[in-house]
Amino acid sequence: MTAPVLMVEHLTMRFGGLVAVNDLSLVVRRKEITALIGPNGAGKTTLFNCITGFYKPTVGRLLLSHSDGKSFLLERMMEFRIARDARVARTFQNVRLFAGMTLLENLLVAQHNTLMAASGYTMLGLFGFPGYARAQRRAVDRARYWLDRVGLAERADDPAGALPYGAQRRLEIARAMCTEPVLLCLDEPAAGLNNRESAELNTFLRAIRDENGTSILLIEHDMGVVMEISDHIAVLDYGIMIADGAPAAVRNDPKVIAAYLGVADEEIAQAEASL
Amino acid sequence: MPREGEPDKPSDFLTAVKEAAIAALVAFGLFVLLIGIRTDQGPTGALVFTTRFGALAAIVAGVFVATLLRALFWRRLTLSFGQIAPASVKNAVARLTNYAAAAFLVFALVVPIIFYGNRYLLDLGILIVTYTMLGFGLNIVVGLAGLLDLGYVAFYAVGAYSYALIAQYFGLSFWICLPLAGILAAFAGILLGFPVLRLRGDYLAIVTLGFGEIIRLILLNWQSLTGGPNGIPGIPRPSFFGLPFNNSEHGFAATFGLTYSPTHRIVFLYYIILALALLTNWVTLRLRRLPIGRAWEALREDEIACRALGVNTTTTKLTAFAMGAMFGGFAGAFFATRQGFISPESFTFTESALVLAIVVLGGMGSQLGVAVAATVMLGGFELFREFDQYRMLVFGAAMVAIVIYRPRGLVATRTPSVLLGKIKDIPAPIVRDARTETPA
Repeated sequence: MTAPVLMVEHLTMRFGGLVAVNDLSLVVRRKEITALIGPNGAGKTTLFNCITGFYKPTVGRLLLSHSDGKSFLLERMMEFRIARDARVARTFQNVRLFAGMTLLENLLVAQHNTLMAASGYTMLGLFGFPGYARAQRRAVDRARYWLDRVGLAERADDPAGALPYGAQRRLEIARAMCTEPVLLCLDEPAAGLNNRESAELNTFLRAIRDENGTSILLIEHDMGVVMEISDHIAVLDYGIMIADGAPAAVRNDPKVIAAYLGVADEEIAQAEASL
Repeated sequence: MPREGEPDKPSDFLTAVKEAAIAALVAFGLFVLLIGIRTDQGPTGALVFTTRFGALAAIVAGVFVATLLRALFWRRLTLSFGQIAPASVKNAVARLTNYAAAAFLVFALVVPIIFYGNRYLLDLGILIVTYTMLGFGLNIVVGLAGLLDLGYVAFYAVGAYSYALIAQYFGLSFWICLPLAGILAAFAGILLGFPVLRLRGDYLAIVTLGFGEIIRLILLNWQSLTGGPNGIPGIPRPSFFGLPFNNSEHGFAATFGLTYSPTHRIVFLYYIILALALLTNWVTLRLRRLPIGRAWEALREDEIACRALGVNTTTTKLTAFAMGAMFGGFAGAFFATRQGFISPESFTFTESALVLAIVVLGGMGSQLGVAVAATVMLGGFELFREFDQYRMLVFGAAMVAIVIYRPRGLVATRTPSVLLGKIKDIPAPIVRDARTETPA
């Protein structure tokens, strides 16, 4: 058993008086699909934003390790360094594509750092040194590979904003994968997809895990997707982890059922009486 | 009489009348005090109250009729043009625009030959090309990176004063000062860039506006260095590989066996600025195809997504500011050497507004659009010079027309920087620009 790809230790995120994530510890295992579920406002997206550096956690440690042993303390890094050096890629709840740029350009921006180095930080590229042309060809090949994987190769030269919603979601995942991530964080990838599309998404995410060896952390409300593809599920409620385990175990956990469905009044009365 | 198939015809007419009535009412409210009532100085020195209700009525009626006609016919007209124009005509138009850039360039190259005898037109040509170059430079910041900059004239000023001061204090020649002026302006760009890294849209516009004024006020008040409002006179002229453009034995004309003419220098200046503008254009077009250019455009489209993909948005923004500023600095150095005299008065907000207007009119991110817009704007200014105070009215009307009918500028489509297949332009409504805020 290799070391986990991400260890979240005692993470707390406060916004003024509001505690969005409260002393949360979580282990994301390598080459597995870990799902993060919970009711609205449970702190799932906040946790995502802490992992990807868009928020700086108030307290806590986020240890990300590569399979070659390199490790990174994410809470100390700027978000673009987390994407570039620690290799954590993410997608957004409300799709964030470069709408006016083509699909191909979207995927090339994802390879910005590789291309930037190849272009000699612009100077060599500006004067047309051949190294850059080669690097760009490789980048286009990789982009084409991922466009094929998500079935959008036909539309490579169309603007991303012109794609239907489901295709935009797939493109966003393809774009994230172009950064060659170690950990892929997906914020509600199945939201707004129809049944056929979300079935395709399941197959695609499994393929990413098995063929590319990328670990996946995903937030999802669609229990069909979560139960089917997750190797591991963590349940959050009010910023606290209330359950953590294999899908079958989490599904029958009374605390999880209570968080989702609420609790009958007499049970509360019972609980209060027992205190 | 309405036919069977058009039952909505009368309601169409009613809405048009309603729209026209509202427009007339607005016009009345606007003009009742401006035109309807007037106070003149009477013979005794007292103010005399006169009314011009006839003129007011004419204007309101004019607005009513114009709005009514527009509501009734114009919409249908614009709608039908795209539909009725046969494919062959559309193709021809498309092909024509393909050659437009090349034709424009050839024309720009032969301008001094065609208009050799016309000093006035040559000067106008230099002015137009200077503003085209400024437009190209600002286009990097506003059109590509989507950072709305209202203080671009600051870099123009930094370039001009850099050249003037270096030439004055160290006696260096134009060709050595030119890159120095560009570098200093680029530094000024980075200096401006740092504090405004977190700003976008309107907020950025306000801060850059302030920066433009700060530079002007420094130039105005730092008397001991810049000469303050008196400016810097006697800035050296550029030479042709060491040959000065004068009537001496070692001058340009004498060396090449020509009869001396002051036009030589003008033509030389024209070609210098044309070369600089083409250099700017070339660099911009190259940069668009490099990762930095794509990162600029991605920044314009969605900054947060950029950061999530590992793009260092700080350096990306700073390079955009520095690049734009550098070309502004080149243009400034050229301006100084052409005028021979500079003062803070040449670097007011009006200049920034003019350059930004050129970029917006031309279509953000489009090089050809910027060149056309600069020609139309400055050429138009000269063309309407006889109209005197109505010149600005024409200018304003043109701006309003552009905003209504071509809100994305003359050339509104975006050409992808890299393609798998054949060329396809991206229609404007999909592309974001500096005026749109990033979604929260």
